[in-house]
Amino acid sequence: MISILTRRTISLVVTLLIVSLLIFTVMDLLPGDPAAIMLGTSASPDTLAALQHSLGLDRPLPIRYLAWLAGVAQGDLGQSYTYGVPVAGLIAERLTVTLPLALMAVVLSVAVAVPLGVQAARRHNGPFDAVAGVFSYISIAVPAFWVGLLLIIAFSTMLGWLPAGGFPGWDAGLWQGLKALLLPAIALALPQAGVLTRIARAAVLDVMNEDFVRTARAKGLSEEAAVWRHAVPNALIPVVTMLGLQFTFLIAGAVLVENVFNLPGLGRLAFQALSQRDVIVMQDVVLFFSALVIVMNFLVDLAYLAIDPRLRAGAQ
Amino acid sequence: MRRALLALTVSTAALGAVLPAQAAPKTSVTIGMAVEPTGLDPTVAAPVAIGQVTWQNVFEGLTTVDKAGKVQPQLATRWEISPDGKTYTFTLAEGVTFHNGVAFDSSVAKFAIDRARGADSVNPQKRYFAAIESVETPDPATLVLKLSRPAGSLLYWLGWPASVMVEPKTAADNKTTPVGTGPFKFVSWAKGSKVELAKNPDYWNKSAPVKLDTASFRFIADAQAQAAALKAGDVDAFPEFGAPELIASFEGDKKIATVIGNTELKVVAGMNNARKPFSDKRVRQALMMAVDRATVVDGAWSGFGTPIGSHYTPNDRGYKDLTGVHPYDAEKAKALLSEAGFPSGFSFTMKAPQMAYAQRTSQILQAMFAEIGVTMTIETTEFPAKWVADVLKAADYDMTIVAHAEPMDIDIFARDPYYFNYKNAAFNAVLAKVEATADLAEQDKLYGEAQAMLAEDVPALFLFVMPKLGVWDAKLKGLWENEPIPSNVLSEVFWQE
Repeated sequence: MISILTRRTISLVVTLLIVSLLIFTVMDLLPGDPAAIMLGTSASPDTLAALQHSLGLDRPLPIRYLAWLAGVAQGDLGQSYTYGVPVAGLIAERLTVTLPLALMAVVLSVAVAVPLGVQAARRHNGPFDAVAGVFSYISIAVPAFWVGLLLIIAFSTMLGWLPAGGFPGWDAGLWQGLKALLLPAIALALPQAGVLTRIARAAVLDVMNEDFVRTARAKGLSEEAAVWRHAVPNALIPVVTMLGLQFTFLIAGAVLVENVFNLPGLGRLAFQALSQRDVIVMQDVVLFFSALVIVMNFLVDLAYLAIDPRLRAGAQ
Repeated sequence: MRRALLALTVSTAALGAVLPAQAAPKTSVTIGMAVEPTGLDPTVAAPVAIGQVTWQNVFEGLTTVDKAGKVQPQLATRWEISPDGKTYTFTLAEGVTFHNGVAFDSSVAKFAIDRARGADSVNPQKRYFAAIESVETPDPATLVLKLSRPAGSLLYWLGWPASVMVEPKTAADNKTTPVGTGPFKFVSWAKGSKVELAKNPDYWNKSAPVKLDTASFRFIADAQAQAAALKAGDVDAFPEFGAPELIASFEGDKKIATVIGNTELKVVAGMNNARKPFSDKRVRQALMMAVDRATVVDGAWSGFGTPIGSHYTPNDRGYKDLTGVHPYDAEKAKALLSEAGFPSGFSFTMKAPQMAYAQRTSQILQAMFAEIGVTMTIETTEFPAKWVADVLKAADYDMTIVAHAEPMDIDIFARDPYYFNYKNAAFNAVLAKVEATADLAEQDKLYGEAQAMLAEDVPALFLFVMPKLGVWDAKLKGLWENEPIPSNVLSEVFWQE
């Protein structure tokens, strides 16, 4: 257990270093100067030079990189060029939207996909299975941002039940916040639910033919109990693996969905920072995403241990 | 000079959901904007969104620009200009305080102007202060600007967002917590989402009572989401709605008013005048004559927008309609091209930014140039980053297309270096004469001459002025219909019962 943790931490640090070097180089290769963007079409060359100096952009690239890295090591993520505030605060502010959104989407997709997949497996090749199949194909095929637009038309414009976008902030109340995140979470969850349904169905189908499920039935357990107590827990490993993988896609999908629903999340921040060439913000956000994905994978590994006793024995 | 407004107030309801009548008059407003400002200090960065939130709401200037585009007194109640045009003596308003209680007087005004023109200033319009030689403060209510040369547009420039008055203690933090003298105080900024303002109870100008108690600006980039927010009532107004093709979707909703006016956004296809064949005036004129502006406006912006013949808008004083100088005439264009030595046309590359107006206009131009045998390849470039680097700074392009947002910026054709590479001493002399006089009528005449020179010379293809697609709650009154300067002035906004 300890050795897993150490190995993971080392790989986290190494990966983040590589990612940071990569993004810094790529951002520098991109044409565009944040100072020139801020000053617009009328600025004179001396004004531009003054701004570049005050932002520290006149220093050589390796110095800028090392200065930023030293800051990060001490927990200082630097200042945004465009907003002029510490990036750590910006990310923290945006996380209060993106994390609950991603979490809601995960919960929703699991809540829909697992029962649907299990039932489809139990009645495989029947009409229920066919309907579940159509549902999952459609939800995988339809892009999340388009689903978002349809949901807005139906639930905000026509029915007026939920806000069309924007985020009132958690200080407006838990319910107001959840209401604002509900439609985007559905839009984000749907494609995930489609994939998970397929995975859950296949996994349960595999396990159902295993000896131990037959034994469970043979010793007189009801069909229901045999499925939920024996088949489903053993089918969870591929589902959890998929969930871990999909978390990455969820973050990427959040960029689009946050734009459609006008949510001030981390994805929107990254998008804005890119178009303004706010290199520091870009750096920090990408670094944060990378760390998040690595940590997610680690959590998935831990989940394996919890699910599968055999792996627990091996780890000790 | 001003174009009649086309005000469409649409009738017949399609969507139900009528709100219950409200008892007390509403005193809050939510204004939608497509672009979030990057900071809230208009004196340190160029994006127009900064002024659209803060100018005249949080910050005020010595002078201001009214909804007709005219200069009006503000924190300077009156002024005298010496006969040689080199000394401006301002009398400042009394009893003015900033939102933090600091009094506004000539020493503060001197600080603000010196900050804008100083060596380490990052003011995006720093060039406008270049003529100022010294700032003197004989007494707290008097400010004297001594100029090295006459600057006929100085009073106008002092009304700009980049020239607003800031005070020494808070100036450095205005980027995140702006402190001004305006009718609204800054309350909060949830980055990525909204800026909130509240009425300033101690506002100095008692002759302009403010009716709103609170105002918030919400930032919604996606045009579909903008429309949805308006229809759902989440946003009361979108003074600059982003998508002309969606305007029709508001028809039939009698809760919503659609008010079409003019902005200062001049859509021009700039040409590299230093590069062949654009260095030949006849080639530029031929390309201009290949363009049917009305078709461009129809195709690119759903018929909203006003064709222009020079780098000037109907909002601007001294405007002349010069669309008739090189009207659409494909035959004449072909003849002129032959005369210039291109009987079978030529090929070049258009660097078009990703914005919808630029992409659509480029495609239409491409088809129109094909009619006269000219082949244009469209290369999409990323705005602002790549465009600023390649076109604006390096002038590495044949033709490009962009909407110039700064009001009254005809002088960009006199700047050197500037991406057009247009060099015309006679034109520069006319603009120098504008600055040499403070006589408005004389200035208007000179601006007319300058417009005519550009229309004749065609350093860029002058296409159209972006419309101001105002879409707002039909009961909301007092928003500007035109936009002679990028802004969302809230001081006169109120709800009609």
